[in-house]
Amino acid sequence: MFWVNDFPSLLLGSLAAAVCGLWGNFLILRRQSLLGDAISHVVLPGIVVGFLVVGGAATATALQFATLIGALLAALAAVALIELIRRTGLIESGAAMGVVFTAMFAAGVLLLEQTDASKVHIDVEHALMGGLERVVWTAALSGPGSLAALADAPAEIWRIALVYLFSAILVVVFLKELRMVSFDPAFAEASGVPARWVGFAIAAMTALAAVAAFDAVGSILVIAMFVCPAATARVLTDRLARQIWLSQLVAIIGAVGGYMLAAFAAPALGLERGVSAAAMIAVTAGLIQAVAMIATAKRRQ
Amino acid sequence: MDGAFWAEFGKALLLQAGWNAAVVCLGAAALGAGAGVVGVFALLRGRAMMSDAISHATLPGVAAAFLLVSAWGGDARALPAMLIGGSVSAALGVLAVQWISARTRLGEDAAIGTVLSSFFAVGVALLTVIQQLPLAGQAGVERLLIGSAAGMLDGERETIMIVAGVLCVIAIALTREFAAIAFDPAYAASLGWPVRALDLLLMALLLAIVVIGLTTVGLVLIIALAIAPPATARFWCDRARPMALISGGVGAVGCYVGAALSASGDNLPTGAVIVLCLAAVFALSLLLSPQRGIVAALLRRRRLQNRVHLRQGLLAVARSEPIFDARTVRILCAAGYLRGDGAPTEAGAVAAKQMARDQALWNLYRDLHPEEAFALADWSLRPIDEVLPPDLVAGLMEQLAQARRGGIGAA
Repeated sequence: MFWVNDFPSLLLGSLAAAVCGLWGNFLILRRQSLLGDAISHVVLPGIVVGFLVVGGAATATALQFATLIGALLAALAAVALIELIRRTGLIESGAAMGVVFTAMFAAGVLLLEQTDASKVHIDVEHALMGGLERVVWTAALSGPGSLAALADAPAEIWRIALVYLFSAILVVVFLKELRMVSFDPAFAEASGVPARWVGFAIAAMTALAAVAAFDAVGSILVIAMFVCPAATARVLTDRLARQIWLSQLVAIIGAVGGYMLAAFAAPALGLERGVSAAAMIAVTAGLIQAVAMIATAKRRQ
Repeated sequence: MDGAFWAEFGKALLLQAGWNAAVVCLGAAALGAGAGVVGVFALLRGRAMMSDAISHATLPGVAAAFLLVSAWGGDARALPAMLIGGSVSAALGVLAVQWISARTRLGEDAAIGTVLSSFFAVGVALLTVIQQLPLAGQAGVERLLIGSAAGMLDGERETIMIVAGVLCVIAIALTREFAAIAFDPAYAASLGWPVRALDLLLMALLLAIVVIGLTTVGLVLIIALAIAPPATARFWCDRARPMALISGGVGAVGCYVGAALSASGDNLPTGAVIVLCLAAVFALSLLLSPQRGIVAALLRRRRLQNRVHLRQGLLAVARSEPIFDARTVRILCAAGYLRGDGAPTEAGAVAAKQMARDQALWNLYRDLHPEEAFALADWSLRPIDEVLPPDLVAGLMEQLAQARRGGIGAA
């Protein structure tokens, strides 16, 4: 059953980890690591509003499209609000994020209770852990490689693969601009790079990655992957290009290792249904980061 | 929101809507006050989001405590055991954040993100284990995730009030010390103050308020209580002690009103309603604070622009130059300095002459006293007689007159 059950889960987990880890590199350099956390919370009101707009009678595809667009718009609105509050100069960006995402999350919870959106499939558990274990890819039975099987791949995999491809192209094409804006926005601005717009583009791509991954792998994994792989790479190297490659490597090792632990090691210990794969991937990435940090820690002054 | 709702809301506000609603209102108000006061110092220290790391880091401890108590055959629903477990793992989380930001090259944001996600993931993994075991009382763990104020017992209210009261007293008593480490930790250290210990104490206070608030508003929304009221207070004053009092007041009132609202109708989850009340107060302050609000800032900018347009327009009139800028013409017309056909009125001619004289005097002042002129931020936008003392202006006029008599080149 590896190709039907485990392979799509591994692929989906790796793609989600890699795309979040990719944008995490720039968040960490810009000291905005918590943006991933904030965005994965505001996805909730976006989904609820998207659901309410199309109504319960819509087809499944229309519903999914509307909720994804709603989530993306909510994430962009949150980014704009955070920037507005930060620019008053009174509130540091962390606190601005805290105010915005809790308010929007609370609005989502209230809307959910007040409307018939609560009938839709939004439960806490799914939001946290996603449905990584539930992905199946029947056509992959014959093994990967045949084009027919590829066309039949689950929609989540297609979605994340496309976002990842788009992200990778952006990073390769605009590496110079991203580097300047991440390390020295003032210098970037002086050199004619529109630093504020590049910053907003990074936030927007963070939102896109989070929304694409959220439904499939849950918010825990999204939040962890925006931080851990990039942070691991950051303590290991000074060079941006190497940091990006390392972050991708760590993300995929974390995803594969974590999934293996959840799917194979946990049942061996007597837990029949295993443990949440999304949570174990996040734990694995955290452990890899812990090892890297301990190995490179500075002495106490 | 019909009449019955508001009647019920009025009763809830006066604590007349039943014993249970009154317990929740009072407990929530105490929680809001405590979180507001402690949160101010965390915000000023730049550690507002530590509350996020703390709240998420409680989960593995709560789950582990649940497993341990169950293994020993105790009542796993016992709240104290879970809260102690949560406090222990949250304390480990705080120490981990401190260690990461001190000993690695990662910033505090990355440290918070790492601890938040890793600890929470461990907690969720443990939860999925708990779900597979035949244990009673699992709803207790879930209650901490989402929070349910409606289930608050009177004993819990009492605990919240006592803990929040003690935290407020400690924080207010140490205002000077906390403000010092927030605004200038290097200076505080040079005075011999134990900066590290004070930091840890502040984090301990934050941890205590987050942990006792978990059951009421839940793990995600509790951090709003520690961030939104302090952020609101920031728009109303500069000094630490009044800021702490305002923040505590905003927190108490917001939570009280939110709890009363949520008790007055169906399907109004307490945590969410409370957080939305606090967010509304914050949004109003952000927009309307007279000194720092966004509306005030926009008005200030507009006024400044108008003044510049007025001055440039009048200078153009004084030099008999045509004015092409539509906004300048509009402002001059509105002030009665320009007629519809673009010719200056009598008042306009007088004002233009006055403005030209002021400008000449300002230019001279700038040449003679460049440092002082630089220190006056909007030096040339106001009439010189309003800014400089009369004797200085008289001296400047004398010099200007001399320069004009002495030759054109001197001006």
